[in-house]
Amino acid sequence: MKKGPASVEFKNVVKRYGAVTAVNDVSFAIAPGELVTFLGPSGCGKTTTLRLIAGLEMASEGRIAIGGKDVTGLSAADRDVSMVFQSYALFPHMSVVENVAYGPSVQGAGKARAREMAMDKLSLVGLEGLENRAPSELSGGQQQRVAVARALVLEPQVLLFDEPLSNLDAKLRRRVREEIRELQLSLGLTVAYVTHDQEEALAVSDRIIVMSNASIAQIGSPRELYDAPSSRFVADFMGDANLIPVEVGAHDGAFAKILIGRREMRVAHRGIPPGSAYVAVRPHQIAIEARSATGGSLEGLISKAAYVGDHMEYRITLAVPKLELFATAPDVVSPLEKGSEVAISFDPAGLVLVSGD
Amino acid sequence: MNRVTRLIALAGVGAYVLLPWYSSGEPALASYPFGASGSALALAVSGAWWLLPLALPLYACLHIAWRGTWNERNADWLSLCGFSGLAYLLVEGFAIGLHGWNAEWLGSVFGAPGPSQPGMGIGALIVATTLLLLGCRGLARKGWCRGDAFIVCAIGVIGVLLAAFVFFPVVKILASAFTDNEGHAAFASFLAKITDRSVWGLGCLGGGIACGVAWNTILLAILTGLASTVLGLAFALIAVRTSFRFKALLRAMTVLPIITPPFVIGLALILMFGRSGAVSAFLFRGFGIPPSRWIYGLSGIFIAQVLAFAPIAFLVLVGVVQGISPTLEEAAQTLRAKRFTIFRTVTWPLMRPGLANAFLLCLIESMADFGNPLVLGGNFEVLSTKIFFAVVGAATDQGRAAVLSLVLLFLTLAGFAAQQLWLGKKSYTTVTGKGDAGLSLPLPNSLRCACYALALPWVLFTFAIYAIIFVGSFVKAVGRDYTPTLASYAIAFRVEHTNFGWFFSGSAWPSLVATVEIALIAAPLTAAIGLLTAYLLARQDFYGRKALDFAAMLSFAIPGTVVGVSYILAFNVPPIEITGGALILVICFVFRNMPVGVRAGMAALSQIDKSLDEASLTLGARSFTTVARIMIPLMRPALVASLIYAFVRAMTAVSAVIFLVSAQYNMATTYIIGRVDAGEYGVAIAYSAALIVFMLAVILLIEALVGERRLGRRTAIANIAAAPA
Ligand SMILES: Nc1ncnc2c1ncn2[C@@H]1O[C@H](COP(=O)(O)OP(=O)(O)OP(=O)(O)O)[C@@H](O)[C@H]1O
Ligand SMILES: [Mg+2]
Repeated sequence: MKKGPASVEFKNVVKRYGAVTAVNDVSFAIAPGELVTFLGPSGCGKTTTLRLIAGLEMASEGRIAIGGKDVTGLSAADRDVSMVFQSYALFPHMSVVENVAYGPSVQGAGKARAREMAMDKLSLVGLEGLENRAPSELSGGQQQRVAVARALVLEPQVLLFDEPLSNLDAKLRRRVREEIRELQLSLGLTVAYVTHDQEEALAVSDRIIVMSNASIAQIGSPRELYDAPSSRFVADFMGDANLIPVEVGAHDGAFAKILIGRREMRVAHRGIPPGSAYVAVRPHQIAIEARSATGGSLEGLISKAAYVGDHMEYRITLAVPKLELFATAPDVVSPLEKGSEVAISFDPAGLVLVSGD
Repeated sequence: MNRVTRLIALAGVGAYVLLPWYSSGEPALASYPFGASGSALALAVSGAWWLLPLALPLYACLHIAWRGTWNERNADWLSLCGFSGLAYLLVEGFAIGLHGWNAEWLGSVFGAPGPSQPGMGIGALIVATTLLLLGCRGLARKGWCRGDAFIVCAIGVIGVLLAAFVFFPVVKILASAFTDNEGHAAFASFLAKITDRSVWGLGCLGGGIACGVAWNTILLAILTGLASTVLGLAFALIAVRTSFRFKALLRAMTVLPIITPPFVIGLALILMFGRSGAVSAFLFRGFGIPPSRWIYGLSGIFIAQVLAFAPIAFLVLVGVVQGISPTLEEAAQTLRAKRFTIFRTVTWPLMRPGLANAFLLCLIESMADFGNPLVLGGNFEVLSTKIFFAVVGAATDQGRAAVLSLVLLFLTLAGFAAQQLWLGKKSYTTVTGKGDAGLSLPLPNSLRCACYALALPWVLFTFAIYAIIFVGSFVKAVGRDYTPTLASYAIAFRVEHTNFGWFFSGSAWPSLVATVEIALIAAPLTAAIGLLTAYLLARQDFYGRKALDFAAMLSFAIPGTVVGVSYILAFNVPPIEITGGALILVICFVFRNMPVGVRAGMAALSQIDKSLDEASLTLGARSFTTVARIMIPLMRPALVASLIYAFVRAMTAVSAVIFLVSAQYNMATTYIIGRVDAGEYGVAIAYSAALIVFMLAVILLIEALVGERRLGRRTAIANIAAAPA
């Protein structure tokens, strides 16, 4: 029986551990063949959500459906879902090929058939020739690929990854995440992927689910999240945006006037009513110049300057309004010194208004 | 509905319709399906109306299993039918006894004497098991334990077993302590018995008659605990903090008490210091000191127990002394403290919780000890022997035995509770994953001399003890006639060649065969249940986890004598009537020794990453497969340790089994005690020596086969000793 990728649906799912609520009233849907990332700060409930999909935890309330079928009460063994663990969880007493063949063999496939399926997936992840080694005789990246092969071997309807790259070094991380994405696209897999690295999330996902404090803060494509964060939290979490308190004036079509310090600007209001709100400014969207006599821009002082290779990072203390901004500048040839007085300005197109609460 | 559920439901109905419901000595085939070996259904329609209601839940389960879809509503029904059926079975079993209603009020409501029935048999066992499993499967389908039927069933089965074979007997003791021998509630007589002068009397202080047994027990336990701890500490300090060259010797001493039946040391003391013992005879001949009976009584039991329990203290304290991070002492050194000051202000305070732990353990062991007081007691009575004589003595008084058991149980549980609550969390051992590069300080000179002065004579004494057992078994009579002879072995282990082939005519063969047979059955069961319980406790989260943990540890704290008495009280009458066979011995061993398996298993599991089982689950392996293919291979050392421990303990146990042996199933230890009683010391020590050698060989063989050295057993015992909650 050939089965395709399946959808995953959460309806008002709650998971409590005693007094702790790890997942609070979460609803979302993952379409078949889609790669969705769960992103959020530590302890926000990403792993728990993933384990709820796998059936390793049981929901305290709500319903979970996979491929349209209610699986809320089914055990992990009865769900057509595989998982790649953060620690890889390779069985230390089995060889690479035995690890990969474990799935089919416990499902009742014959020994030869299980091995054949395992070899098939091992060659898919480029590990032919290493099949008789013990997991401990492999490098971190190879172990990771064995774990992927083992999860793929049953051709599950849904594949789960819990921070699969966190044990790898920065270079390898980039390569492996590309491999995972390629594999997902070519096999058309439904994938739920947990990470707390926003760059990783932006790079691999069709859609991202940002979580905060056990519930969902926003769901959207990488671009939507980046360009139109729905809350201060998302704006802050996605790309370290500076949040500047502003006063929103009367609406005028799709735009509204805002006041930053003494400067007035026109930005898209995105439905945010007049009153106090925040405006999010990405670090690279802040233009910094040495202070000139002419006014009109905001005045500040460089309090910290750091050279990080391909760009400069600055902390700028503003006098009015009183706050500190984080900015980056591509110019590494003639950087600004700590203590220099600067004038900064923003491109109104790069400003995103987010509500105050 | 899935296949396993169907098969279970079918088995339940099949057992109800076909198998003999009650246990009867001989299968009565002639009258089947009615009569003594009749099936439940046949009996129910022919007069035993109380079995009829059981048909309803059984049929309902079968119906759901074959007809229903496997949805949550049917799962609700399945668990309801399963558990209500089981509950009815229990109520019916306990309400109707061998001689009519079991409770007076039932008699007065429904008319005495009422219906009667014998103990439950194979049919009832299978029906109860299937009802339990079906109920558990229903719960699993509703999402209990992550929907894992194997786990829910395992919890259910182990829970029921612990309830039946740990809690129920204890409750039975309580019940019979509060009733008189006719079965009427008798609070006054309970009060009279428990406050009796023979238990709590302080006559000996005024120079009058002897003190109460409770005081004797406590006094002995405190003395033994203190002496064993001091000796254990001396050994531990020597082993860890000196360059003593014969450390292997100390290790060997820790294995000996494990494979030595508990009373053998007492026996050896008699051979040395008894009226015609080797030393006594030597003193009399050489110095004219007349032999006396000083070894019988407090002093003798004390020496024997310290010999037996100091190694346990040593095992605990070696861990404690090793666990003290040398870096702490080095830190004190850099603050310019002197060696003795450092020992006094850093090392000693760090060891104190460990010392208290060792003391309490030896205290509990001493109170529970039965073999040594039995052999050496003389006129000095302790609770465990007093209980024994209340059951088997001339003046049999089960109520009195129950009351005394309660007192002993209270004492050991108090010691156990103190050890768990007070010390369980308070441990300063500082073994971390980090490599600790520090060097531990050598002992201050005065202390080192003191340790040697204490420990070395004691080592020699211990070896003298074992020497006299082995020498004694090869001579005519220790103390009088040292002519070498194999006579004792010949009596015990003679094998003759007759016309009909080989014939094992030695007097020890039947008990030896029975013992090995029962130990071989009990050991794998003990290890299996212990490790499964460990898996449930360490890896699963469920209601009642704490209770299960407590129950598993409780059976460790109940003295063997109390277990013996409680099993007699609980399992001599229907509905569970199993005394007098091999079954009760096996059950007794399984539940007494499983805590070690639990602790060893938990220790092993804590080193196996949880994501391994989860990976297996998400690959579609059910828990059962996961346990079989992932956990068991990874837990092999713990498995071997618990197998060895369970086997050895089943061979050497005496306190509980002495109540439970029957003519057909006499155990090696009880047989030896019988020989001692009859004054046949030669046969007794020959048999003891053979047992010790046999078990040593078994242990070495298993270790050679598995390649897992003493380490496994040591951690097992150190674990139960440290017993972290
Ligand atoms: N077994 C458990 N018992 C009690 N609380 C738990 C348990 N597992 C998780 N939690 C709590 O639930 C919350 C969410 O945990 P979760 O593991 O889902 O976080 P996470 O988003 O994966 O974090 P990280 O990025 O650090 O892995 C945390 O506050 C955690 O302390
Ligand atoms: Mg996590």
